[in-house]
Amino acid sequence: MKYLDEFRDPKISKEIIHEIKSIVTKPWVIMEICGGQTHSIIKNGIDQILPKEIELVHGPGCPVCVTPLETIDKAIAIASKPNVIFTSFGDMLRVPGSKKDLFQVKSEGGDVRIVYSPLESLKIARNNPDKEVVFFAVGFETTAPGNAMAIYQAHREELTNFSELVSHVLVPPAMEALLSSSTNRVQAYLAAGHVCAIMGWWEYEPIAKKYKVPIIPTGFEPIDVLEGILLAVKQLEKGKYEVENQYLRAVKREGNQPAQHVVNQVFEVGDRKWRGIGEIPQSGLKIREKFLVYDSEKKFSVGDIITNESELCISGIVLQGLKKPYECSAFGKECTPSNPLGATMVSSEGACAAYYKYQRIKNA
Amino acid sequence: MCLGIPGKVEEIFDENGLKMGNINYGGTINKACLEYVPDIEVGQYTVVHAGFGISVIDEDEAMKSIEAWEELADIAAKDGFDLYGNPLDESVL
Repeated sequence: MKYLDEFRDPKISKEIIHEIKSIVTKPWVIMEICGGQTHSIIKNGIDQILPKEIELVHGPGCPVCVTPLETIDKAIAIASKPNVIFTSFGDMLRVPGSKKDLFQVKSEGGDVRIVYSPLESLKIARNNPDKEVVFFAVGFETTAPGNAMAIYQAHREELTNFSELVSHVLVPPAMEALLSSSTNRVQAYLAAGHVCAIMGWWEYEPIAKKYKVPIIPTGFEPIDVLEGILLAVKQLEKGKYEVENQYLRAVKREGNQPAQHVVNQVFEVGDRKWRGIGEIPQSGLKIREKFLVYDSEKKFSVGDIITNESELCISGIVLQGLKKPYECSAFGKECTPSNPLGATMVSSEGACAAYYKYQRIKNA
Repeated sequence: MCLGIPGKVEEIFDENGLKMGNINYGGTINKACLEYVPDIEVGQYTVVHAGFGISVIDEDEAMKSIEAWEELADIAAKDGFDLYGNPLDESVL
């Protein structure tokens, strides 16, 4: 496919690896933010072909992984109601709540449907005026414009049987939370390319300056990731700390302003709990008062459900880049993709799931 | 979840007051909302995420980056490096 295949060319990959090797003189720890990048790194063995000086640690950028257990329990409570059609992206259905997952709700007779866009949920709401249609609005800045548009459009069409269970998280506060931790090891970030396609990269400039870390908005194909690493290493070796855009074909400094405009109309920034990390102030999006009739939590009164995480799971430490998945005693034993205990095993984009899938039991 | 797939806009139309398009992903055609790429035209490429075009692909930038690396690879090959099939340097891989 055009604009994918060119960025998987092994000839160019070798050239970039060669250049990285020729400039690196010291050990560096680089974190890729996005779970899509983690998947690409492990799938393509990028971490294994890099010079030994470069350690890649895997960030918290998998929204499925960081959606709190209690939000999953709220989704299950809503989806179990008799008059509800519960719609979601497919990857949320197999995330276990404290007692069951959404697939089990479906097997028990709940009307749970997979959609590929929130606009499909809106269509289901139009076609089923006697049912309550709920969309599970999970994601980072990339997904927020679509979820905002579904609410905006429901408002325009005066659809009253549509609502969203929102668990939106924002990347920059999580990056800052990691950098300001006393145990931080991250010296450079590969920022999430598609988050930056929406938000641009201007908001990373003060973070790069304050914490003295290079931040490289980076794409997802092997050449993108390798080029992002190269740009980061070049800066690290020279003692520079700037925002430098690798993903030039899709990301502009100002981002996608029409998308930002609709997101800002429908959502506002608020505190948000991250699975495996805990609550981070001002790190999420919530529905603005004007659109609260589209808030499933209010509509179905599930706001008071609180659930605790498994004590065995160390996903919070993995998400901060402090441990590798195989350093967890439960990895591949009590915790597997079919029976995940925590954040990083629940989604295929999670670091533990990627290590499990590609049999990365321990580093060679 | 932030997966985005580049696709070519084949057709643009209105649906329920929204700008929509049929997008061709290497032969598979699917519908996407183009409200967030309002200036896009038929024939251009967009990154689609969860049914929404989120960015118009800058084709010049895309090719510039690839061509620059290909040029470097060619220069390296002239200097005696083998980038075309055999490993460039055993110690690299």
